[in-house]
Amino acid sequence: MAAGAASGGSAKSDTYADARTWLLLPAWAVLGIFILTPVLMMLVYSFLTKEFRGGVIWELSFAAYDQFFCSRGLFGDEPCTVEWTYINIFWRSIWQAGAATLLSLVIGFPTAYFIATRPESVRPVWVFLITIPYWVNLLIRTVSMKFMLRDQGPLNDFLISTGLIDSPIHIVNTNFAVQLGLFYSYLPFMVLPIYASVERYNFNLSEAAADLYASKMTTLRRILLPAVKPGVIAGCILVFVPSLGSFLAPDLLGGAKNFMIGSLIEEQFKGNAGNWPFGAAASMILLSMVLVILMIFARQQAKAEKGAG
Amino acid sequence: MARGKYDIKAFPGFLPMTILCLVILYAPLAVVTIYSLNDSNSITNWEGVSFRWYADVFTGPESEKFKIAAWNSFTIAIIAATVSTTIATLAATAMVRGGRFKLRTVSFGLISLPLMVPEIVTAVATLIFFNSIGFTRGYLTILVAHIAFCIPFAYMPISARMQGIEDTYEQAAMDLYATKRQAFTKILMPLMLPGIISGYILAFIISLDDFIITNFVKGAGVETLPTAIFGSVKQGIKPNIMAISTMLLAVSIIMVTISYFVSKSDNTK
Amino acid sequence: MKTLLKTTATAMALALAANAASAEGKLVIYHWFEYIPQELLDKFSAEHGVEVVMDTYDSNESLLASLKAGAIGTYDVAVPGDYMVSIMAGEGMLDTIADGELANSGNIAPEWADPSFDPGRKHSIPYQWGSTSFSVNRDVYSGDINTTDILFNPPSELAGKINMLDSQGEVLAMASLHMGMPQCSNDREQLKALNAMLQEAKGNWASFNSDTAKEVLVSGDAAVGQIYDGFGAKAREEGANVEYAFPQQGYVVWMDNVVLLKDAPNRANALKFMDFLLEPENIAAVSNYARYGAGVSGVSEHLDPALATLPEANPPADAGAGVFIEVCNEETQAVYDTIWTNLKK
Repeated sequence: MAAGAASGGSAKSDTYADARTWLLLPAWAVLGIFILTPVLMMLVYSFLTKEFRGGVIWELSFAAYDQFFCSRGLFGDEPCTVEWTYINIFWRSIWQAGAATLLSLVIGFPTAYFIATRPESVRPVWVFLITIPYWVNLLIRTVSMKFMLRDQGPLNDFLISTGLIDSPIHIVNTNFAVQLGLFYSYLPFMVLPIYASVERYNFNLSEAAADLYASKMTTLRRILLPAVKPGVIAGCILVFVPSLGSFLAPDLLGGAKNFMIGSLIEEQFKGNAGNWPFGAAASMILLSMVLVILMIFARQQAKAEKGAG
Repeated sequence: MARGKYDIKAFPGFLPMTILCLVILYAPLAVVTIYSLNDSNSITNWEGVSFRWYADVFTGPESEKFKIAAWNSFTIAIIAATVSTTIATLAATAMVRGGRFKLRTVSFGLISLPLMVPEIVTAVATLIFFNSIGFTRGYLTILVAHIAFCIPFAYMPISARMQGIEDTYEQAAMDLYATKRQAFTKILMPLMLPGIISGYILAFIISLDDFIITNFVKGAGVETLPTAIFGSVKQGIKPNIMAISTMLLAVSIIMVTISYFVSKSDNTK
Repeated sequence: MKTLLKTTATAMALALAANAASAEGKLVIYHWFEYIPQELLDKFSAEHGVEVVMDTYDSNESLLASLKAGAIGTYDVAVPGDYMVSIMAGEGMLDTIADGELANSGNIAPEWADPSFDPGRKHSIPYQWGSTSFSVNRDVYSGDINTTDILFNPPSELAGKINMLDSQGEVLAMASLHMGMPQCSNDREQLKALNAMLQEAKGNWASFNSDTAKEVLVSGDAAVGQIYDGFGAKAREEGANVEYAFPQQGYVVWMDNVVLLKDAPNRANALKFMDFLLEPENIAAVSNYARYGAGVSGVSEHLDPALATLPEANPPADAGAGVFIEVCNEETQAVYDTIWTNLKK
């Protein structure tokens, strides 16, 4: 029983197998035309020669990938050594996005759970309460967040007045500020999928576990978490992946002293550099990285289901 | 559930976490609201209370621009969220209830593709693509682009929810001679509702807030709220932006309140 | 669900109806964000019976990117900065204004009639000009500020409190002035020294930010901020005790220009608009709004008197020279791109 619930009866079900082509067709069509085609164009661009100040010349070239992985010195005439610049930028972005995802999970999971356990009639109100702030433009929210965190801002004033600290904590222009900003940008994307999962959770399972003298933490870990895993994974994907490419929070809250993936790529298309093939190559590397992570996830889930079935 | 004081659902510390979450969400908005009342041209200096920025929103030189931008933003967000949620629901049904099939992993990759490509890349690529097929930029290009990139945001909560519903309900209905279509609309859809609503809301706020892609594909003269706001703040953030934001908050709160009372009266019938 | 569908259908119908309404006489402007008063556009519309449509961009580079991606042929005029005019001309994106096509071309101020970025004004007319330097909070530092050392080798009071513009052109041009080297140097030793100097200077910088360059000065979050002169003036008017510097080593000057784009769908109206902006009274309205200088003769009587004495627009006699950002060739530019990436890696 528990195993069946944990795997969620998901992909095993083939109720609508005969209609699946028709069900998927709209998604395939829209995404195929308006997302996949542009992405494939970018893939092609990453193997073309760059045109000075933006644009491409239709000649095959690996220069973009060479630039990513090969360091050839300030003047580009030294032999190839490993280029750490872009790997570091990627690593930094992954780290920041990961920290923001963790922060969202730690605060978002209890919130989602709390909402899902309210009486049914007030649950929508709670859901809206979480999403109302997102009617305000991201830029304005981020600027306001920066205002809150300033050395002379309300947060520091409050902490000093309570006597918790003596001098202001310096938060703006630190990594923590970036994580906080990313967390603030994407929180509902963690809360809502988890809420949708927990709302469906059968609390009789927890009850049964408690009857068998399982502690609360054991119940949480062994029964509840596996059952709502799809929601947690969906939430993590929806926070982590957009965080990777985001640049508003890093720029405004982090001081933009170091490139993140998003600003690095933006600079290639909109900045002085105007190096479209390199921007395309960096996007493709990011894309394949994320794709691999997601595929591993999907595979593992499929395996777990097979094992449970 | 009569277990006396021992509540199986409650975890210690979850309520404080929820409160912390709400404080983090709303504290910066308090700043927005307070500074919308600032009687100064600046958002950083406080010069007393005034409603003049609210008047400015309706009668100032930018009022027409913001009115059209708000209209564009909301119609696009509503249409894009509706269409993408529908597409995502159908796709999730195939992915979660369609058995195993070869293209399943590929389809999942395709659905999550808009998430994985940095927005600026989608923006430039989409612009080049629209231009190469001779699609004139304007309201429609924004709408189409929004529908496409909203799909994964709608799909994720919907599919997560569907994975939590055993198919025994639909099977039982079909054993009782319900058609597949009836099993879908009468059994699965109602059970799916919280997931679909979550997906719809996420798609809606993603569309409402999008700047990068919109700015590239919008074409001359068509503005949405984010592009109009980003435009305005280039000359410094004035309190009129704070006033607009506060009014948006007020509208959303009013709508939520109304929908709450409507659904309440529905339930009591 | 049904109401939702109904709303959607209604919204769709209304949106399409709104799209269908378009007039015959049109002018499509591609303009900077928020830098022309709406009243002026309305005045042009009324005078010439032309419907004005405006689209906006946020940097010279994004203007170029968008036109490169295929947007050329949909706009009539754009307003690129000095160096971008020569880049766009080199890309063949500009149409030539023939002699006599502009009735008011004689109104162009003599000093702006033959600029280096558009010799003979073949493609453009002046729009607004100003400078990019930096402002210093006088409450924090009272010493001499008219030196680029403030940015690149700051006194201890200012170290760690500096906001730079997040713009490669402006930062590297200022750095070249500080080093006393040309903007497009091929000298390897000079370039290495520039790279090393920036790496060291970065340790004293708090942030790179263009969007809130004014706000951080007004709020006191930054004590020094690289900034455009008009924004420097606004920061001061909003109550910050800041002073705009004109460094001895020199500072960056810029000029935005109205250009006639290639394949302009409404070429005749574009020329009418350019003539309109060459009338002193009209271009003065832009200056009064944006607080920058106009490049048209006879404009002074229409200007807000405060502009004439604005400290940010009137360099002292002993100030260094103002220089335009230069356009380097591809090979040289690659080195500067690497230096910029090194700075932000």
